[in-house]
Amino acid sequence: MKSKRLNNLGKIDRDKTLNFTWDNKKLSGFEGDSLASALLANNIGIVGRSFKYHRPRGIFSSGVEESGALVTIGSKDRRDPNVRATTQELFDGLKASGQNAFPNVNFDLGGINNYIGRFFAAGFYYKTFMGIPPFEWGKGTTIWMLFEKLIRKAAGMGSASRLPDPDSYEHAHDFCDVIVVGSGPSGVAAAIEAAEKKLDVILVEQDSLVGGNQLSENDFSTSKIFNQLKSLGIKVMTRTTAFGLYDNCVVGLLERVTDHLSIPDSTLPRQRFWTIRAKHIIVGSGALERHIAFNNNDIPGVMTANASKHYLNRYGVLTGEDIVIATNNDSVYETASELSEAGANVTVLDSRTNIEIDSNKNFEIRKGFVPYNINGTKKIDSLDISKSENINKVDTISCDQVLLSGGWSPAVHLLSHRGVKPKWDPQNACFIPSDTKENITMIGSSRGLWNKDDCIASGVAGATDALNRLGVSKTNYFFPKPGGWKNPIKPLYEVKYKKSRSKSFVDYQHDVTADDVRLAHREGFISVEHLKRYTTLGMANDQGKMGNIIGLSLMADLLNKEIPEVGTTVFRPPYTPVPIGALTGRNVGKHFRPLRVTPMHQWNIDHGAKMIEVGLYQRPWYYPKQNETLSDSYIREATVVRKTVGICDVTSLGKIAVQGPDATEFLNRIYSNAFAKLQVGKARYGIMLRDDGIVMDDGTSWRLSENEYFMTTSTAAAAKVMAWLEELLQTRWTNLKVNVTSVSEQWAGAAVAGPKSREVLNECVEDPSLITNENFPFMGVISTFLKGNIPCRIARISFSGELAFEVYIKSDFANTMMDLLWENAKKFNGCLYGLESLGALRVEKGHVTGAELDGRVTIDDAGLGKMASIKKSYIGSAMRKRGVLSADNRETLVGFFPTDLKETFNAGTIVCEKNNIKGQGIGRITSVTHSPELGHWIGIGFVEGGLDKWKDITLIGADPVRNKQMNLKVVSPHMVDPTGERMYA
Amino acid sequence: MIRINCPYCGERDHSEFSYGGDASIKYPSLEASAKEWTEAIFFRKNIRGFQLETWHHSNGCRMWLEVERSTLTHEIKSVRPCHPDLQKVVENNK
Ligand SMILES: [Zn+2]
Repeated sequence: MKSKRLNNLGKIDRDKTLNFTWDNKKLSGFEGDSLASALLANNIGIVGRSFKYHRPRGIFSSGVEESGALVTIGSKDRRDPNVRATTQELFDGLKASGQNAFPNVNFDLGGINNYIGRFFAAGFYYKTFMGIPPFEWGKGTTIWMLFEKLIRKAAGMGSASRLPDPDSYEHAHDFCDVIVVGSGPSGVAAAIEAAEKKLDVILVEQDSLVGGNQLSENDFSTSKIFNQLKSLGIKVMTRTTAFGLYDNCVVGLLERVTDHLSIPDSTLPRQRFWTIRAKHIIVGSGALERHIAFNNNDIPGVMTANASKHYLNRYGVLTGEDIVIATNNDSVYETASELSEAGANVTVLDSRTNIEIDSNKNFEIRKGFVPYNINGTKKIDSLDISKSENINKVDTISCDQVLLSGGWSPAVHLLSHRGVKPKWDPQNACFIPSDTKENITMIGSSRGLWNKDDCIASGVAGATDALNRLGVSKTNYFFPKPGGWKNPIKPLYEVKYKKSRSKSFVDYQHDVTADDVRLAHREGFISVEHLKRYTTLGMANDQGKMGNIIGLSLMADLLNKEIPEVGTTVFRPPYTPVPIGALTGRNVGKHFRPLRVTPMHQWNIDHGAKMIEVGLYQRPWYYPKQNETLSDSYIREATVVRKTVGICDVTSLGKIAVQGPDATEFLNRIYSNAFAKLQVGKARYGIMLRDDGIVMDDGTSWRLSENEYFMTTSTAAAAKVMAWLEELLQTRWTNLKVNVTSVSEQWAGAAVAGPKSREVLNECVEDPSLITNENFPFMGVISTFLKGNIPCRIARISFSGELAFEVYIKSDFANTMMDLLWENAKKFNGCLYGLESLGALRVEKGHVTGAELDGRVTIDDAGLGKMASIKKSYIGSAMRKRGVLSADNRETLVGFFPTDLKETFNAGTIVCEKNNIKGQGIGRITSVTHSPELGHWIGIGFVEGGLDKWKDITLIGADPVRNKQMNLKVVSPHMVDPTGERMYA
Repeated sequence: MIRINCPYCGERDHSEFSYGGDASIKYPSLEASAKEWTEAIFFRKNIRGFQLETWHHSNGCRMWLEVERSTLTHEIKSVRPCHPDLQKVVENNK
């Protein structure tokens, strides 16, 4: 191929030179160039290597369908692989390089694959590595896993940067009456018609300029159209791709904000991910020109005919000197005429014989001829041609470029996203959009219209359709019929090569050949979906934009069916790739998800807390002194709590106000234990089950008055429980007079635990007489005042097993409460304690939390079956004893000691019988801690049959992940103070 | 994306809502047998077309809604409060 820049033609600015590098070579182009046009202007023919065979590849197209010129842009943390050179705008300082080649695309050692190609035919990987004989199942999988990395590297694309992305991305939203996709003649006509009828219109164009395929016309003025659109108040979004259509007229857009700039504005995001909610969608997404399969149809210098016209009239680049255009339709003749006017020597091979062509005849037309084989490896030397009937080489034309037009495929992708199957139009040899009930209208050549006048008429009709559907007008309209060429198209998908081992490419990017399709057919993969997966046809970056129809036609031929009977594959979003960064938007780093902090968050940090995430919450983990490690710290904290007193932030617990005359009845139905007789001024620990009898959550409910309760839930289940209570009241028990309100944010809570906790509280409340053991027994609740007359709620409840209280106060007073409690705890040599020591204390007591109540555990499994009422019915009561849930060998809660008390173990350890260490074993350890009280490691967890079965039998703890194994002793889960003397003290 | 016209808040994205379940299920009384409960909670029709389902406006007004939605097209035919008294209130205010 000998491509060059002309001195005339094009919409580029020849006064503005842009310097760029290609594989470290310094080159230049002009403002308005794409990377592809600049490479062609510099006569660079080879820009990539193919996926499997590492064949040299050039530039096939001038747009989004590109499946050859995939390159890497930028370097280091801004390295962007698999960028289509055809859509990348050139900017000063752009660095581009070829990919999938070593050492480079001109000389690639991987090219050897081209000669051992039979090993890379369709299904090769599957047959060899995925367990089909000679490798039996299992063995093959192992081999595949070994080879996968190597294969993926060899058959790779560009590689992404491993460094953090330095750019920012935004999510944005907008609304409009009508969104028009595409700024070709039809889209512009539709947008103008709708805007003139006072609708709010957004027009989206993936290119940097408006105009669509008119940009390949010599005399087209993009700025004139742009100004007209703007003057009508239309929001014109260029460099913006409508990548997907979704339910309820929602359109996903990707706006490339700074990808075309040398020095991006640091205040702008690199890209914006738009969600547009429209009332009507008009799609004028155009049509894509197809190539033709014949031997060596991928040699650099092969291009679609329209792309060449585009390079000529938009970029002032003539793509060849001696050009052969092979076609089966009328669309190439204007191109042929313009190319020859620009100085090329042009020959047109038209597969049709009975046609009339108006042309000034400055090029040769050979009717009834088709391309047969290209001679050359890195560039085209000549083209062997054949008669359309009776395929065989009859002549050779010396040339440096072969342009192809195998017909046009309307871009029905966006409509396909809505589940609308396109229908086959045999006259025009293409799929055209079917009708839909949704507010989506297809216009222009994406509707199968090939004439500009028809396209404009369809745009006006589309806008009228939108106006009618939106109730703005009631006007009749009609759409022109698909087609519009003078001579009918004659289907031509493949010219079959006579010799064996042909390379007639159907899907360029994935190296899928016509022989691969035939192989798939021989081996029974005849359904389109199977064909696609077996050969990877249409599964490359371009998603089969160029090759799919050819693949379908080959299969139809083999099956002796028509193309529509074989089917069409369903296009799914995105139309063109959307970077992960854009999908993620601002949700990166610490903004990855919302952060919840308690009102005493800063107080905790000021007092030395190390924090840990629990769900969305930040909670104090431990409060190290000087050089203490986590384990030094939590063991000290837990010891102090058992000896004197500790203060812990428990605000993250869910808190729900349950109010109303039927509140008691409501709680009695949702908790498995009795609530009907709970007195005012008392709290009760309760367990909620799900409908199916499994434990949902546990917590306490405090009866504040006749009709009012204060419920706490676990931190993790707070939202779930709230939604559950609302569901029950709004859908099932609609006659109960109960209101539930989440008050989690309104109340701050602290646990005061340890033998000195009452004495600390004595110092903190206005009236200490209220909290004597007589006036304030275990599970008592009072509403009183902290010093300074601050109202608070206190319950005498214990998670640690010590004498303990939970104090709740309005969130605004959280710091005051913590100051007060801490000042007084210090007097008793108390401590602040965090989640780690809280865990240690509760494991010693055998108290369950989310680690144990994991959605598989019944109340009996958790050892709490005795709490469940047998006198009443409640949620889950009918189901909790069903079949499997009451089997003898259920895994039930036990405690674990390492037999050798010096051993440690981890949560997640699998419990097994001796001599039977495998699989899931007979149980698991769910929570572990070092017990300061006992002086060694302890755990709780589950084992089949429970304590009674394994009391004196040594079991094995297997921890294959950490490569650890230890002997275990099964004990009661209540390892410290089993009778609860301390709690009641 | 699915857009649900909440009778209290107006039309909102589905991301504001949480899917509940089959709204046509009549849950048995708490005293009912395990067999009746099994029928109610484990056996579900896999409907192709319009089905009644519950949605919770969890990031909105917190109301549970009964939504008639097509499982094929996501088309929503009707939205109303689950609570029968609130249904009447909404009806009367139309
Ligand atoms: Zn709402």
